[in-house]
Amino acid sequence: MAVDTLVQSRGVDLAKRRSLLIEIAIVAAIALFLIFALPWLISAFRLNLMGRFLALAIVALGIDLIWGFTGLLSLGHGIFFTIGGYALAMHLKLPQPPGSGLPEFMSLYGGTELPWFWRPFYSAPFSLFAIAVIPAVIAGILGYVIFRNRIRGVYFSILTQAATIIFFNFFNGQQKLFNGTNGLTDFRSVFGLPVKDNRTQYILYIVTILFVILAYAVCRWLTSGRFGRLLVAIRDDESRVRFTGYNPTGFKILVFAVSGALAGIAGALYTLQSGIVSPNTMNIAFSIEMVIWVAVGGRATLVGAILGAVLVNLAKSLLSEQFPDFWLFFQGGLFLLVVLLLPSGLIGWLRTSGVDLYKQLTGQTRLSTYPSLEEDPEVEYERKNIGD
Amino acid sequence: MVASILDGIFNGVSIGSILLLAALGLAIVFGLMGVINMAHGELMMLGAYTTFVVQNIFKAIGGPLFEVYIFFALIAAFIVAALVGLLLERGVIRYLYGRPLETLLATWGVSLILQQFVRSVNWVLVFGLLLFCVLYFGGQWVVKRRADFERIKGWSTTLLLFLSGAIALVGGNIVASTYGLAATQPWFGAQNKDVTAPAWLRGGIPIGNYQLPSTRVFIMVLTVLCVLGVYWFLNRTAWGLRIRSVTQNRNMSACLGIPTRTVDALTFALGSGLAGIAGCALSLLGSVGPNTGQNYIVNTFMVVVVGGVGKLVGTIVGAMAIGIADYIVGTGILANLTNIPFLKDFFTFFATTSMAKVMVFALIVVFLQFRPAGMFPQKGRTVDA
Repeated sequence: MAVDTLVQSRGVDLAKRRSLLIEIAIVAAIALFLIFALPWLISAFRLNLMGRFLALAIVALGIDLIWGFTGLLSLGHGIFFTIGGYALAMHLKLPQPPGSGLPEFMSLYGGTELPWFWRPFYSAPFSLFAIAVIPAVIAGILGYVIFRNRIRGVYFSILTQAATIIFFNFFNGQQKLFNGTNGLTDFRSVFGLPVKDNRTQYILYIVTILFVILAYAVCRWLTSGRFGRLLVAIRDDESRVRFTGYNPTGFKILVFAVSGALAGIAGALYTLQSGIVSPNTMNIAFSIEMVIWVAVGGRATLVGAILGAVLVNLAKSLLSEQFPDFWLFFQGGLFLLVVLLLPSGLIGWLRTSGVDLYKQLTGQTRLSTYPSLEEDPEVEYERKNIGD
Repeated sequence: MVASILDGIFNGVSIGSILLLAALGLAIVFGLMGVINMAHGELMMLGAYTTFVVQNIFKAIGGPLFEVYIFFALIAAFIVAALVGLLLERGVIRYLYGRPLETLLATWGVSLILQQFVRSVNWVLVFGLLLFCVLYFGGQWVVKRRADFERIKGWSTTLLLFLSGAIALVGGNIVASTYGLAATQPWFGAQNKDVTAPAWLRGGIPIGNYQLPSTRVFIMVLTVLCVLGVYWFLNRTAWGLRIRSVTQNRNMSACLGIPTRTVDALTFALGSGLAGIAGCALSLLGSVGPNTGQNYIVNTFMVVVVGGVGKLVGTIVGAMAIGIADYIVGTGILANLTNIPFLKDFFTFFATTSMAKVMVFALIVVFLQFRPAGMFPQKGRTVDA
């Protein structure tokens, strides 16, 4: 008996390990293709766009974690995304070495002294640390005050949306502290490399890909174990989770913070590749757009989040180049289409109907639950004339 | 001192009454269906554009009738917004009951479409849309008559969709090339439009040595009338009774024979119509553009969150509280009242319109720590009330 279970569990273990190895191989193959093959196929401009989309894919992973798995629709990820960008941009804008003057815009607005919270950003390690930690802390605090009172569902969405507006107003209004609506731009060098250089951008592209893989691995690890099952349980029936003795608040705060940290990292990578960070990425529309990337790819499928982010943004850049007027129609239509007709997204569709379709096309008949029905002439007649 | 406080209260109530007008429909719909309508702002925007159109029609007619166009505009705005709302409910929201987050996303999609629609609507677009609707829904109607509808449903729908889409596209192009600029010129365009208020609304009402702007007073009166009307409708009519009963317990109401689907559609139309009226009121305060609605939605959502969904009075108190807090913080009245240097600096920092929003949001979050379900929550015994 004991031996049996041991053998069985080893078998399961082996199968698991095999599928994990296959997954790693696929991820590595895609990454190698993106790093080495894609630059030959498309121009430097397009490659830069691709790098930005991949940075956005990291936010999408964060959204998937909190929306797809935990069922909390956050409309505030623009905040974390932008703050991550600002954390890095503030470091880049400070003239080195410390004390050798102010960022240009500050003297323009008549500032004479560096505000206290700019000071730590002289240090590169601190800034890199801050990119992920500041958004995570803000998300944690916001999550704490909301989840503590069991505010959830639509209320959570509305509050995060209001928070987006609030942060937008704050950053937009503070000319002296953050250069207001213009944001921080015109970065010269990043850790000794000129930012605008194609080579630097290529390095950033590779770094972005590595971070996407890292984020994917982290999310995969988080969602595959007991923690992941708990998240899904919170999504499906939070009250029942509470009745079984868990306190969902802590888990929700944690997952919101992780998701915020991912958004911050994405924001920093995006800022480097687009060359600007401004409060504009904190508008409501952008935060909701992030949700639709995940919805298009497929909720609660991590691959879907990445795929959705890249596909929708690709479509956006192509369509808005060709028909600038129609992009909003298309986007609105996409929201409706995905929600009404494709609720589980592309990946979800592929996993269910896609498999059926493939089998039908290749001539494999569907297994029938009641084989005797297949031989019944009456059923046959009805199918022919009325349909299934 | 007293004057500045009175001024604060008047302006605060004035801001609050617009918020209330906008939030009234939202709160009813949210209470009934648990649905947040992100397109509510766009329904307001449609109301404002309807006012613009009605104003232009009355300007063309001319004469003394122009002085009363605003009343016709109010009715027209209500009807237009209610019809669009009804369409939205029947076409989209109906399929999403019990999935509030998806409804939120879908209505956001609708709001994007409406925004762009107002920007680029012209005769070609209208013609193409009508042609498409006639072909597609007519075709559906014909196909549905057939006995084997279920069998051919899949491919016939796809075929109809593409066929009528293609015909509408070609038809639109033909219209565009025959009539030229007259057909392709956008009706409104992306620019903001200005609505001229009638003469009697342009001045002010003197009280002592203080002038109350007539438009603001008009909006307050309008708000009071709307609230009274809604109160009467909900509490004194048969359909109001049904709406209240579905709000309290949907399943039980359905069991007792109340047509919940009809109640939903009706309520949604009513809420949308109120948004249209709010939009009409907004057009008196400033120019209207495709993004007009966007500026108001977050504040109106906050009203619903603060007020709770149990009672109408929650919405009223919530709107007034937010309006007054917004004004008092934003104009720096608080900063003038205190002499303690630290507090003075603190309040001065928040004494701009945008920073006041930051402060008010912080206050709302603090408030929710004590009353997480708002001032007047829905009472119930279920855990997920």
